[in-house]
This record gives sequence, structure tokens and C-alpha cells, in this order.
Amino acid sequence: MKMTRRQVLGALGGAAAAAATRRRGWGAEKGAIKIGYFAPFSGPFAQNAKDMWDGFRLYFEEIGMQAAGRKIELISEDDWVEPAQALTKLRKLVEQDHVHLAAGGLLAPVGFAVQGYVNSQKIPYVVPIISAEDLTQRKPSPWMVRLSWTSAQPTQPLAEYAYKTLGFRRVAGVNFDFAFGWESFSGFQRVFEDLGGKVVQKLWAPATVSDFAPYLPTVKRDVDAVFATFSGNAARQFLKQAADYGIKGKIAIIGQGTLTDEHVLPSMGDEAIGVITGLHYTSALDTPANKKFVAAYQKFAGKVPGYYSENDYTSARVIVEAIKAIGGEVENREKLMAALRKVEIPDSPRGPIKLDEHGNPIQNIYIRKVERVGGQLQNTVIHTYPNVSQFWTYKPEDFLKQPVYDRDNFPGCKFCA
Amino acid sequence: MAVLDTRGTRCFSAVAFVLLAVLPPFLSSYVLTLLTQVLIFATLAMSVDLLLGFTGLASLGQAAYFGLSAYTVAVLTTKQGAGFWQTAALSFVLSLVLAALFGLIAVHAAGTYFLMITLALGQVLWGLAYRWVSMTGGDNGLAGVPRPSVQRVSFDDPTRFFYFTLVVFLVSALVLYLVVESPFGYSLQGIRESDGRMRILGYHTWLHKYLAFIISGAFSGVSGFLWAYYNGFVSPQDVSLVTNMESFLMVAMGGPGTLFGSTVGALVIVFLKNFVSAYTKRWLLILGGMYILTIMYAPKGILGALREWGRRKASLPRATATAGGRTDR
Amino acid sequence: MEFWVTQMFNGISFGALLFLLASGLSLIFGVMRIVNIAHGSYYMLGAYVGLSVVWRTHSFALALLAGAATIAVIGVGMERLFLRRFHLQEQAQMLLTMGFALIFEDLALIIWGGDPYTIPPPSLLSGSMHIETLTFPLYRFFVVAMAIAVGLFLWLLQERTRVGAMIRASVDDKEMAGGVGINVPLVSAGIFGLGAFLAAIGGVMGGAFLGVFPGVDFEVLPFAFVVVIVGGLGSLKGAFVGSMLVGLVDNFGKALLPELSYFTLFAPMALVLAVRPTGLFGRV
Repeated sequence: MKMTRRQVLGALGGAAAAAATRRRGWGAEKGAIKIGYFAPFSGPFAQNAKDMWDGFRLYFEEIGMQAAGRKIELISEDDWVEPAQALTKLRKLVEQDHVHLAAGGLLAPVGFAVQGYVNSQKIPYVVPIISAEDLTQRKPSPWMVRLSWTSAQPTQPLAEYAYKTLGFRRVAGVNFDFAFGWESFSGFQRVFEDLGGKVVQKLWAPATVSDFAPYLPTVKRDVDAVFATFSGNAARQFLKQAADYGIKGKIAIIGQGTLTDEHVLPSMGDEAIGVITGLHYTSALDTPANKKFVAAYQKFAGKVPGYYSENDYTSARVIVEAIKAIGGEVENREKLMAALRKVEIPDSPRGPIKLDEHGNPIQNIYIRKVERVGGQLQNTVIHTYPNVSQFWTYKPEDFLKQPVYDRDNFPGCKFCA
Repeated sequence: MAVLDTRGTRCFSAVAFVLLAVLPPFLSSYVLTLLTQVLIFATLAMSVDLLLGFTGLASLGQAAYFGLSAYTVAVLTTKQGAGFWQTAALSFVLSLVLAALFGLIAVHAAGTYFLMITLALGQVLWGLAYRWVSMTGGDNGLAGVPRPSVQRVSFDDPTRFFYFTLVVFLVSALVLYLVVESPFGYSLQGIRESDGRMRILGYHTWLHKYLAFIISGAFSGVSGFLWAYYNGFVSPQDVSLVTNMESFLMVAMGGPGTLFGSTVGALVIVFLKNFVSAYTKRWLLILGGMYILTIMYAPKGILGALREWGRRKASLPRATATAGGRTDR
Repeated sequence: MEFWVTQMFNGISFGALLFLLASGLSLIFGVMRIVNIAHGSYYMLGAYVGLSVVWRTHSFALALLAGAATIAVIGVGMERLFLRRFHLQEQAQMLLTMGFALIFEDLALIIWGGDPYTIPPPSLLSGSMHIETLTFPLYRFFVVAMAIAVGLFLWLLQERTRVGAMIRASVDDKEMAGGVGINVPLVSAGIFGLGAFLAAIGGVMGGAFLGVFPGVDFEVLPFAFVVVIVGGLGSLKGAFVGSMLVGLVDNFGKALLPELSYFTLFAPMALVLAVRPTGLFGRV
């Protein structure tokens, strides 16, 4: 009995040691450039993760999985949408797989969770999706750039459009009750009120909302528009129930771009028509670069690309451009990081893009309206604001002096009854 | 049933201890961080086992104390710049107090009601983590928790932090071992078998269960304390249902009512989780399958099965706990 | 005034959906003492199957029947092949059903993908009724009607038929019931199947106005448990009262106190249980 137990233990110990030391001798192979990618492939956000990963991979496949004379190897890991898992997986990618660069992450806490590690390991990290404002404002990292957006980046210009072009003066907000919803709506509110408009009501729905019955009947009926920030199933149910509760048709519906983004739009019906949103991308963008991308993506993944896919596609391109700019010398991380910050792409699917000094894109913001064209719903571009930064028309120093956009404190609710 | 009753188990534990103490400098930093994670979850699983395996109470709310402790560490280190011992003391005390409070509500119930109340209380804390933004950072969480430093000795590299965790784990294991091997611990097992019988014998079962609940909560808190330092980061995810579910499986898989089985369970689950996902995205399917296979074919867990096998070889009859909360003779 | 009327209606219609979901769970626990963590999965799978049927046949009624029947079969299968071995071992059963819940979630992802969908309701019920300034979606009336129908059916079954008597006997005293000649294993399988059937109906009904998407299983599960716990395990009246209570509290809570919207579900439950540990009408 004793013998067998020792044998079992020996086997276990041996296996553990073998697994542990397996990679140690390999070190840094000059040869393939390794890029680590993590996203929530299991669980409720699996589809978003797939869209992200498909967009990311598509670009690398288009260039033949190589750049600057070196092969490119992509390693993907599942983070189960848990920040702690994202960190563990990142550790694996960096310490065991020896990646030269990391990318990925879907939810805001993931971005904040990996910052400390990214900084201490000095590994370049590209954020393709996360939109939490502070990642490139009050809590930036020298080793992170993002190729996505900030939550308020599209809603600030939308506020100007709503006030000046649409003539709205009174708006009520129904938004997600967590950072993404707070930041999206606060950006809108601040610009809208600076122009002279009034936000008269702020309703908040929890992250898991699917029944809007408690909120929709409470919306004040004497407003010009309802501004909504939702995505996924919540976006679908909101628009559908807004129609059921008689808001659609009487009050305009505007909002954050995720409300009608292509990850949910194809499964919506007539209730989405006429909704006006702002975002840095739409698959209906009529440029040669975008048409090419949309066709390629449809062939590759079998669906129309939304911002999850485009963001990752362009992130991949930026990474490759940076690699090319330093002649493939990815082992020199400082050089790679500096190159990433300098990449400018005039013809990405979403339009021209370059990074500001905080690591966030300066890009076009499109005001879109949902229309049915050729039997399909699409986000038609009705106005373009070019070269929009995360700070809109505010001076960065002033913008950063204010606290981050949140639920109740900034910008507050001066005109709420 | 004693925890280290057979020569085999003692041998096993001794060898495991030696391995853990001696191997780390030879392991890669990634494997070392995984092992650290194993120890942290083993502590949590042991606290769950105290309630589940020894007292027969299935609690789905231990993540509340885990989370409270983790958030305490995060808030104190990032906002107050508190020292190590203050942080440790406060996080331990707070989880103890919360368990004492929640226990007052929960311990009156039994079976499914207990399960649901503990779930509800855990979810209340989760909601709090989400909404009390000024304190907890809301869904963004709190980042920037530095690795602990005690008396100017900093534990920030993986090897040092592993030993730090190992020491805390061993102290917790020792305390819990003393608890379950004491007359109090044996009373708990009696309560697990039959609450009514124990009461007839004159035991104040409510008090016993309440104390077990508090001790369990305190050690769930210790696990959370380690977790905050390990990640350098806390978010509402740490207070969620998933953490509870996985710790249950660790106990069930390792062997309920064996205390150290939880460590084995934690080892299996953490390593499986991280290695499997490199080859497939179907982790949920595999996890679910593991649950079912464990219950169907190894209801006493790995350790329980090993013992059973050892016992059969030595032909000794003994009582054990199963994942079903019943005893076979 | 308008606010109270609309929210009352919303709370009741949501409560009606909860009744469909929770009545099955109450039955399962009442008769077999099984903590069915996979109950939310039954709801979800019922909705997905219903979705596929609607896509192919455009018939909501067929979707309802097909979804419920399929899940009933799955439920019976689970009970006979897996759960029966662990009769009265609550923790083992809980972990088993937990395992199945995880498997079902991944299977649903594999089969239907990760995009969210809504089951299109019958066009007759898609509109809204407008009374002065108030709007009432017609579909929600349908949910209430369905819940009443199901409730009546269950009540009649329990109180007025032989099958119901057998069920009641099994709840009250399993061993005696077996001793008197009631085929308890058959009753058990039937009950579990019925519980799954009801959950699936809830899924198809809910799929039309709450949507079906990965993760909905674990989102509705707490609601089901809260209703059953508040109302009391094993009691049909409890399930009904509990679901109305939870529906109204949740709805009014979110509308009046949005700061507490993450707590509206659990705080009242903890309170009820602290005062009456067996729930309002609990019999076990």
C-alpha cells in the first residue's frame, strides 16, 4: 500500500516537474513572432469573443501570417470574462509561451486588472475593444495602447448633432447601470448641457436587464428624445419594448452605437428603424476599404462585421505596421511600443486612424440612422465628424482635471425633477 | 472519522508538504503562480469543507467573505496605505464579523433553505460591490494592490509570494485540522449525521452550527485576503456565484470531510482548467462532465476513493462522508 | 396614478411568467426533494427549441408544444438515468444537476451559437392596448392567461384527480405511498418530467418578451428559487403567491429604487426566510 501510494505521488510529482520545466530550455526563439490574444470564449460572451477573434485573425491570414520576413504565430486563450483568469492567462502567454505582444480583453475590469502586470513585465498590450475612459485618461499605462474607443468618444459628438441638427432640447436617459452606461451617457449629457440642452431624467437598468417594463412607462413623455446605452440582448429588448410601450413613434430614440451595432442589428425588426446612434464604425460605411473588408469578413466568418470585428481587424493591422516599422525586431519591446504609438492608417475599414498621446485613437465618428436597404437593416451614415478625439472639443488638461464620468457625481443631474 | 487516521494519509501529506517546500525554486514562474492559486483555492475549499463535509451544511455564499476580505485588502492598500498587519487583522476580523451577522439569519434554516439564504446573502454582497462605486470602484474594480511586505521584506517575486501563501495556507490547515479533530469537530460530524439525535443527546446544535459557520467564513476570508495580493486586483467577479460552484466541486472531487481532499481537488481543478483551455474552448462541458462523473463514480472524492481502496486492501471497516452528505457503513 | 396601474400590471405579468417557471421547481422539490440547478437550463432549452420550431414552421403554438415536450423528455431522462441513484441525497443531486446545467449551457452555445434572439409572438398578440395615456402590451395579457390556465390545471390535478392524490400521497409520505401500491418511481419520473415541461413553457413564453441568449439559464434560476423559497417548497399556492410577490417587488423595486436594483430580488427573500424559515406556505 505504501509503495503504491509513493508510486502515485512520484508519478504526479514527475509529471508536474516535467510540465513545469518543459518550456524552460526553449527561451526566446528568433523565428516566429508570437502574439498572445485573450477573450471570453466560454460563457455568455462567447459570440462577442468569436467576432473579436475572427476579425483579428482575418487580417493576419490576409497577409499570409508573416511580416517583416518573420512568421507570425497567434496564441489564443480563454479568460472566461473573469479578470483574474485574464491575468492568469496573460501570465501563461508571457511566461510560458513567451509572446512578444499581447492583445484582447472584452470587459473594462479586465483592462484594469492586467495593467499592473503589463507594466511590471514591460509587455506591449494592445486593447482592441475595452472602452473604459480612464485606461487612456487618468490611469494610463506606458505599455498599453488601445485601438478601440472611449465610451464617450461617440456620444459627445452625438450630443452636438442632437442639439444643433436634430433640434432636441430635452432628453431622458435609460442606460446600463455600470461604468459603460454611466460614461456613455455622461459624455452626451455634458456636451448637450454645455450647448444649452437639458437632461431631465436618468433611469438606470442593471447589467442583466431584459425586462424594461419597470423603466419605459416611467420615462417622461415631454422629452424630445430618449438616449439609451445597451448592447446584446438588452439592446434588442429595449427597442422592442420601446415600441410595445408606445415610446417609438412619439419620442425619438438615440443612443450609444452598441444599441444598433451589427452584432445585434441583423436579428432586430422594424422597431429599430429610425434609431440614431453614434459610433466609430458601421458596416454600411461606403468606402472602398470598408467594402473590401466587409466582403472578406462575410466570406471568412459568414456574417456582417460589427465593431467587435472591425476593431480587432484594425488592431491587427496596427500591430503589423508597427512590426514592419521596426524591421521585425519585436524582441526590443521599447521600440515596438514606441512604434505602436506612431502608427497611422489612412484607409482602415473605419476610416483614417491615428493615436493621440494618451494611446487612444483619433478617428471619425459616424452618426448613423437605421434604415432598411435592400430588405436588410443597416446603420446608414448620415453625418461624419472627422478626427474626433476622446476629449471632443475640450482641452485635454481641463478634461482630465474633472473626475471620470460616473453615475451620480459628474456630471450630476441639474435639471432632473 | 479522523482526518489523518491512516498511515497512508500521513505519508501522503508528509510527502506533499516536502514537495511543496522544496520544489518551487526549480519550477517555472507560470507553474509557480498556478500552484499559488491552488493553495489559495485550497484554503477556500477547506473552509467550504468544514461546513459541507463535516457539518453537512451546503453554503453557496462563502464568496461573500472571500470577497469582503479581498476588498478590504484592496481598499486599505490602495486608498489608505495601511501596513501589512493592520490589513491582515482588519480583513480577518471583518469576514468573521460578517459571518457572525449572516450566520444569525442563515443557521436557523436547514437543507435547501440554508442553501438559498446563503446564496441570497452572497448576492447581496455582490450587488454592494457593484453599486458602492466610491468604495469598491464598481464593475471596474480596484487595481494596484501591491504585493505584501512584512517588516521590510517584500514578497513580490513569484517564489517569495508562493512561500508567503504556503505559510498562510499551512497555518489555516493546521487551525482547521485542530478544529475538526477536537471534540467540537466530532460534534459537528454528529450533527451532520443527525441533527435530531444530537439534540436529544443534549448538544446545542444551533450553537455548534453557528460557530462552524463563523470559522468557515473567517477562513474563506483568509483565502480572499491571499487572492487580493495574488492578483493585485479585486472586482465584483470575485464575489460571484461561479467561485462558490468551483469550490464545491473541489471539495466533492477531492473528498468531502477529509479537509486535505480539498487541496487535491483544488490542484486538479486549477491545473485542469488552465491546461485544458489551451486545447479546447469547451471548458464548461468538461467541468459539467467532471461534476457528473465525480458524483456517479467517486462520490467520496479522490481521497475518499483512495482510502476506500486502501481500506479494502487492509479489510478495515470505517465510516466516511460522501458528497451526498450521508454515511455508509 | 398611471404609474401605479402600469407597474402593477407589469409586476403581475412578470409574476405570471415566474409562476410558469417556478411551479415546476416547487413540484420537483416538493415530491422529490431535488434541488434542481438545471431548472434554468430547462427554461433556456425550451426557449431555444421553441425558437428553432418557430423558424421552421412559423407556429407559436407548435413551438410551445414542441419545446415543452422535448424538455420533458430530457427531464425524465435525467431523473431515471442519473438522479434516481441518489435518492434523498440532496447534495449529490444538487451537484449532479449543476453538472448538467453547465453541459446544457455549452451545448446550447454549440447548437444555437451566441447571438441573442427573440421568439416572435403570434401576430395577433404583438400589438398593444391603449387606454387613455396608458399602454399595455397585449402579449403580457397572454402570459397572465397562460399562467392562470396552468395554475388551474395543476390545482385540478392535485386536488381532484387520482393522479393528484397519488402525488399528494408521495409528498406526504413516500414510504406509505409505496406501501399502498402507488408506483412511486413512475410518479417521480412523471413529476420531474412535468416540472421540466412547465419550465420549458415558461421558456417559450418568456423567449417572446425577454429573449433567449446564452446565460439566460443562470439569470432566471435565482428568480425560480426565490419564488419557491418565499412561497414555500412543495406548495402550489405558495408558488403562486410567491411569484406574484416577487414579480411585484422586483418591478416596483426597480422602478422606485434603482439604486437598489441589484438587491430587489434577494433582500426580501432573506427577510421572509429570517421570519418564516419554511416560506409562507411551506409544507416541508
